[in-house]
Amino acid sequence: MPMRCRKCRQKAVINMRQHRLALCKEHYVEWFQHQTERTIKKYKMFRKDEPVLVAVSGGKDSLALWDVLLALGYQADGFYLRLGIDEGIRYSEESYAKIKAFVEQHPGVKLHVVDVKETYGESIPEVARRVQRGKGKPCSVCGLIKRHEMNRVAYELGYPVLATGHNLDDEVAVLFSNTLNWQVGYLARQHPVLPGREGFARKVKPFCRFYERETAAYALLRGIDYMYEECPFSVGANTIYYKELLNKLEEERPGAKLHFYLSFLRAKEKERLFANWQKSQAELHACEQCGQPTSAPGRCAFCRLWPEDVLSKPEEAFVPLTLVAEPEAVK
Amino acid sequence: MSDVQKQAEKATVVLRRQTWEVEAGITARELLKKLNLNPQSYLVTRDGELISEDTIIRPGDKIRLVAVISGG
Ligand SMILES: [Zn+2]
Ligand SMILES: [Zn+2]
Repeated sequence: MPMRCRKCRQKAVINMRQHRLALCKEHYVEWFQHQTERTIKKYKMFRKDEPVLVAVSGGKDSLALWDVLLALGYQADGFYLRLGIDEGIRYSEESYAKIKAFVEQHPGVKLHVVDVKETYGESIPEVARRVQRGKGKPCSVCGLIKRHEMNRVAYELGYPVLATGHNLDDEVAVLFSNTLNWQVGYLARQHPVLPGREGFARKVKPFCRFYERETAAYALLRGIDYMYEECPFSVGANTIYYKELLNKLEEERPGAKLHFYLSFLRAKEKERLFANWQKSQAELHACEQCGQPTSAPGRCAFCRLWPEDVLSKPEEAFVPLTLVAEPEAVK
Repeated sequence: MSDVQKQAEKATVVLRRQTWEVEAGITARELLKKLNLNPQSYLVTRDGELISEDTIIRPGDKIRLVAVISGG
């Protein structure tokens, strides 16, 4: 007896053991979009009348998120940061090509692009080689620059909401790592929604309840051509190791990942886990260079990456390039 | 059985730059287990279409596995 779709009894294309739910292609797409909307409402992420800036990397999660938000009728525009990572596989160029193809297929959508090298004079690998923080791997510098530029662009273009494609596996890998090391500060902050402050956008993760195989299945079923190659610097990353470990657990105990994450959120909400810590650490300062919130007075970690003359360039040097898909580009 | 016949009993499985020939007649889930891959971490496609874990692999099938874990 083949696995049947719960809705229509046709042959299922996916079975989600943690939900005891098998669905056909059509009903899976419908279910996935509906669940995203439920998550957005459940955590009060944003409303239909609020413009959302979606951080896209060219990978499956962010392009799937953009696709779902557009399908649901949200005002979702894209933001892409050109990192300048080549490493022999033209990683950044290929990622950008996927995003441009996505934009062409969605007439009327808007994509804002910032090129790190054009804006600040050095690509991610180049900054990483120059500064202490980048010694070994550029991932820490890259994460710092991504966060700063997302905040900056959302602020300057007036987006109240910044959405990222983080899925449950991403969240659980972070949660697991922070629990192993009892990183209380990070644990206190981990949530599907980070409130905005002083004009800076609220950060939301509408895919936080989907397993990674579900976002991949959605991208596949919707025919989204995404960047399948990993960032060359992520090889051997801790995140991948933890994800594999947690999938071993999930294979033995269906639902273990979902339970780990949701019970963590529940403990924070109902039992006020880490609530005191959050209050005592809530005080942030505005960076004296860029104005973004930072934990210590003075210049933030991003501004400390660059020589003075780079950051004192005329304002127009930092404006993103905006692409709008032509109506005639419809396929 | 001739080599040609034997070949016909098999399916081709591709994951990134790796290729395997496997006996047909097992499910997609059994296929992953056989290749020592965790079913949580891979999707199975046949002729570009996603197939569920209980789908039987047929002789001559061209199967492509999609790794779902990314570094992020
Ligand atoms: Zn159905
Ligand atoms: Zn700053």
